[in-house]
Amino acid sequence: MSLYKNIINEGLWKNNPATVQLLGLCPLLAVSSKVVNALGLGLATLLVLVVSNATVSLIRNFVRNEIRIPVFVVVIAVAVTIIQILMQAFFYDLYLLMSLYVALITTNCVIIARAEAFASKNNVLDSVLDGFFMGLGFTVVLVILGAFRELIGFGTLFQQMDLLFGEGAQWLQITVFENYDGFLLTILPPGAFIGLGLLIALKNVIDNHLKQTVNNDLPQTAT
Amino acid sequence: MTSISKNMFINAVFLGIFTIAGTAIVAFTHDKTQQRIADNKRNHTLRKLHDLISPSIHDNDLNTDVIKVNDPLLARDAEMTVYRARKNNKPVAAIIECIAPDGYSGNIRLLVAVNYNGSLAGVRVTEHLETPGLGDAIEANKSDWIHIFKGKSLNKPGSEHWRVRRDGGEFDQITSATITSRAVVKATHNVLKYFKANRESLFN
Repeated sequence: MSLYKNIINEGLWKNNPATVQLLGLCPLLAVSSKVVNALGLGLATLLVLVVSNATVSLIRNFVRNEIRIPVFVVVIAVAVTIIQILMQAFFYDLYLLMSLYVALITTNCVIIARAEAFASKNNVLDSVLDGFFMGLGFTVVLVILGAFRELIGFGTLFQQMDLLFGEGAQWLQITVFENYDGFLLTILPPGAFIGLGLLIALKNVIDNHLKQTVNNDLPQTAT
Repeated sequence: MTSISKNMFINAVFLGIFTIAGTAIVAFTHDKTQQRIADNKRNHTLRKLHDLISPSIHDNDLNTDVIKVNDPLLARDAEMTVYRARKNNKPVAAIIECIAPDGYSGNIRLLVAVNYNGSLAGVRVTEHLETPGLGDAIEANKSDWIHIFKGKSLNKPGSEHWRVRRDGGEFDQITSATITSRAVVKATHNVLKYFKANRESLFN
């Protein structure tokens, strides 16, 4: 059980792909201008991670060491291409918004990093879990960043959620500030960098705080 | 066979099998979804066009009744698509694609719908790189500005007034985005000129 706990902790917090490993920043920064884009790309990345981790783990005993990287690349490219095709078939409007970045999932280092560092050494179930929680960690950061940028930039939350969940989801849009003029900086790329910087800083503050509480507790329990 | 070349051979075969299997899976997915994707694309175009002209004024298939034209009034050295709307085989309107080359940051792609009598049914921006928050007010879902063209034509206003207000014309420019507005006004005017000169050949 502690292994699973560890996998969850690694993916969501301790070794979070976006705030700790700092992998996959290109799509992270480009697509996080709204919650709907962020969630769409996050879920697509999560799916690719699960599929590629599962496949890599399944074949880990047949693939010889010398060719493992090219094989991983084929696995990842196939997974991304299929998800791209499926998005065109079932979420066409969302696909139009982020088409370029879907293809770029292939180059998201976090996927090959997990294949190499985890899936090629662990069994299928653990690898799927690892892929899922790494993907979830990535998605959560993307969505928080998207919410931050959408809120400050447009004054709304959850615009255009119908692109992801169908016509019925339009009511999800929350206009937080009425007659808001928008704040350009957060929508433009610098806003993404600033937002991610703030998130990383926040995480470090929390980590330091946790460490300090642990340190403060230690002498007390000793006496 | 030496052990090195044997190893290389096995690796090559394995990699080959893997690539073939991967390609097969992709090909299978493509085959199963291509119809649906083509439908999506068609519906998407149709929705864009029906934003400009009402579905009730035509009875032909806009997706197939198209011609490609190449004219300096529409775009520099690029083929533009013209969608032709007809009812009972009589022409009612043309939706003409064009590129305004002089936006604030590069090309602005437009769809301009012109009724057969030469009046504008509407203009929409399909692609642009204008500044978010300023120049992107040319998008129909960001502001109402783009609707100012509806009902205008080549003589209404006259040629010297087919400009933004700052240049002495009759069209309000978007605040802080005069260059963008100027580019769209000019491109729309050019489409009207093109339509007047080519109306009959467009519908043949």
